[in-house]
Amino acid sequence: MTPKTASAPMAAQTTTTLPGAEVLMRALVEQGVEVIFGYPGGAVLPIYDALFRQNHIRHILVRHEQAAVHAAEAYARSTGKVGVVLVTSGPGATNAVTGLLDALMDSIPLVCLSGQVPTALIGNDAFQEADTTGITRPVTKYNYLVRRPEDLAATVHEAFAIAQAGRPGPVLIDLPKNITVGNAPYKGADEVKPRVGKVQVEPDRDAIVRAVAAMKNGRRPLFYTGGGIINSGSEACEGLRKLAKLTGFPVTSTLMGFGAFPGTDKQFLGMLGMHGTYEANLATHGCDVLIALGSRFDDRVTGRLDAFSPDSFKIHADIDPSQINKIIPVDQPIVGDVGRTIALMIEEWEKQPAYEHKAELTAWWEQIEAWRALDCLRFNQDQAPDAIIKPQQAIQRIYELAQQTGRDTFVSTEVGQHQMWAAQFFKFDKPNRWLTSGGLGTMGYGLPAAVGAQIAHPDALVLDVAGEASTLMNIQELGTIAQYRLPVKLFIINNHYMGMVRQWQELLHGSRYSESYSDALPDFVKLAESFHAKGLRATRMDQLDDVIREALAHDGPVVVDLCVAEGENCFPMIPSGAAHNEMILGPEQEERGAKVTREGMMLV
Amino acid sequence: MQQEAPGSAVISLLVDNESGALGRIIGLFSGRGYNIRSLTVAPVDEHGLVSRVNIVTTGTLSDIRQIKAQIERLVPVSRVVDLSSEGPHVAREMALIKVVSSGEPRTEALRIAEAFRARAVDTTASSFVFELTGSSDKLDSFIELMRPLGLAEVSRTGIAAICRGPQTIQNN
Ligand SMILES: Cc1ncc(C[n+]2csc(CCOP(=O)(O)OP(=O)(O)O)c2C)c(N)n1
Ligand SMILES: [Mg+2]
Repeated sequence: MTPKTASAPMAAQTTTTLPGAEVLMRALVEQGVEVIFGYPGGAVLPIYDALFRQNHIRHILVRHEQAAVHAAEAYARSTGKVGVVLVTSGPGATNAVTGLLDALMDSIPLVCLSGQVPTALIGNDAFQEADTTGITRPVTKYNYLVRRPEDLAATVHEAFAIAQAGRPGPVLIDLPKNITVGNAPYKGADEVKPRVGKVQVEPDRDAIVRAVAAMKNGRRPLFYTGGGIINSGSEACEGLRKLAKLTGFPVTSTLMGFGAFPGTDKQFLGMLGMHGTYEANLATHGCDVLIALGSRFDDRVTGRLDAFSPDSFKIHADIDPSQINKIIPVDQPIVGDVGRTIALMIEEWEKQPAYEHKAELTAWWEQIEAWRALDCLRFNQDQAPDAIIKPQQAIQRIYELAQQTGRDTFVSTEVGQHQMWAAQFFKFDKPNRWLTSGGLGTMGYGLPAAVGAQIAHPDALVLDVAGEASTLMNIQELGTIAQYRLPVKLFIINNHYMGMVRQWQELLHGSRYSESYSDALPDFVKLAESFHAKGLRATRMDQLDDVIREALAHDGPVVVDLCVAEGENCFPMIPSGAAHNEMILGPEQEERGAKVTREGMMLV
Repeated sequence: MQQEAPGSAVISLLVDNESGALGRIIGLFSGRGYNIRSLTVAPVDEHGLVSRVNIVTTGTLSDIRQIKAQIERLVPVSRVVDLSSEGPHVAREMALIKVVSSGEPRTEALRIAEAFRARAVDTTASSFVFELTGSSDKLDSFIELMRPLGLAEVSRTGIAAICRGPQTIQNN
């Protein structure tokens, strides 16, 4: 590894030389790092020693390295800062792999520091040696093995720059023990010219002009917004609100984009895609101008490609040129920061001749309202006191009662039906409040994510809407929660099934529920108590609200076992390989059966 | 999406000469299911800090565009060109071809080698090693002609490519 930036000769007389671990600490402090999520081990002992002897950076000791990465992801996602992880060599680094890929898929800026055996031992199958840069190459935006002390400081500065530049992502720095023990020269961030690749921030003006001309020509327009807007920052989110108001166009969002546009706004149609709303998906199918802003036409969004939004002029704004035309051919690409794109679209909208299709837009809205009137998320909850709680009811009440607290609320989820219901029922009016594993769909994300969010926002209400199966994948983080007295509220939507798996088995595999039953579950209340948290349980309708209220009011960590109906399915649903206008609706809504194709079965 | 016919393309790129850089490029191809027909790599600047990689790949026009865009995301890659779409280019490769035969086939092999301007770089009573430089097509046809004449072993470099005229990979 020889970053150009690091190979310039040192100005010997002005260079401070320190033990590598201290150089590392200094560089982290200079980068504004306040929190590291990590777990110690032999190869990182020098770094832990340097951590011990400083007081700028707080270390949060997780209970598993995967959790360190998810916590750092949520810290980053909820603050807009870079999340930092520290793990030891070998198993420490391999445990971090899932989290790194999760961050890569969801464009989360992270720097992961991993220990490595001394350079002289690399390649010898030394104790706890792993080819960490080899293993993590496909799961990081970039990675380094620091082989020379003089590269150390520059590498750290460059890593932070790369993590944040353009489309954000995780960067790993592998640190052989001799590098952290031995002396190394310090270099300030201003002495380093990082290679961040080719990042085009400023969009091409002509592309904006053409895009806005197409928008002005739209009779059935739709904004399709994604996580890129949240990554771009609060100005981009403000801009989107302004642009939507100015144009009067409807807005749908991907799973990653929640909060960029207010979820409670009339112009918001909810999520699109596989478990998106009826109105969002039919609008996507029927629109004549689709304005994709910081979204990437993921297969969960598009469904059957040749039937995706078939009649629309497609505008795609993204900072990553490789996303454009990757899946769906678009008519007007715009490469650049989506916040700048939105700002320029606003300018251009005001400059170009007035919008002439108000009447058609009104008709489009009438159509959308007609779709909305189907009330696709409605479910039938028996209100009898001893009735079984439906998972949808549980999640809706968690949302409503959390709202009533009036507190700033951050919500993480695990992966499964509960995640999709949370996406459907929770409304976010602010960005950075919704923490979920979108691209990778990592079960076990939610509890460590709640840790990261609560560390970043100690006074906020932090909830994890969890499934009983997912949450067991990182349940050990209740230990972290106890140690740091994090008042996280873990709501387990306990349907005794890997519900999402069960749903697919019901719909695609003749209801053969192969290995999807959550057998031998722990007693979550006792589990909570053994981890020094409050444990609560609701099994009947008349307990639901009380238990949620009690959990929300408790000034400490709570695990709530919400025992819900086992057989509920998450609707609407576009089966894989079907088009947006072939949604399966819930029993409460009119049945419009879509046939699941064989090809669709493979798309899983 | 209408599918254009897949074709072959030559992509040249400049990459910082650091450990793992080639792994990144190859990993990108294998990870995303792109095909590598041939790949050459060697340092090309005076300090040996930058390597040039030439890759022959196949795909539709949009595949090739996507491949290029994906390569461009790699941090140590400073320049990527799709030589096949950006004006005329020269692409050459070298092959060492061993022919083991005697009698009439041996004479015939030597005669064809002369016609192709292949040089015999190693000669024994029963064998030749021919060195041949040229387009991949030319190498292919030479090898085909050698097949019935005792073709025993082939070693090819894969192509080195460059655009014609005054433009360079830096300014094209
Ligand atoms: C690490 C991991 N393993 C497997 C899966 C596949 N998977 C997706 S959802 C799901 C079931 C989740 O069950 P649960 O947490 O109980 O949520 P529910 O669907 O019941 O709400 C599984 C196994 C996954 N997404 N992640
Ligand atoms: Mg479940």
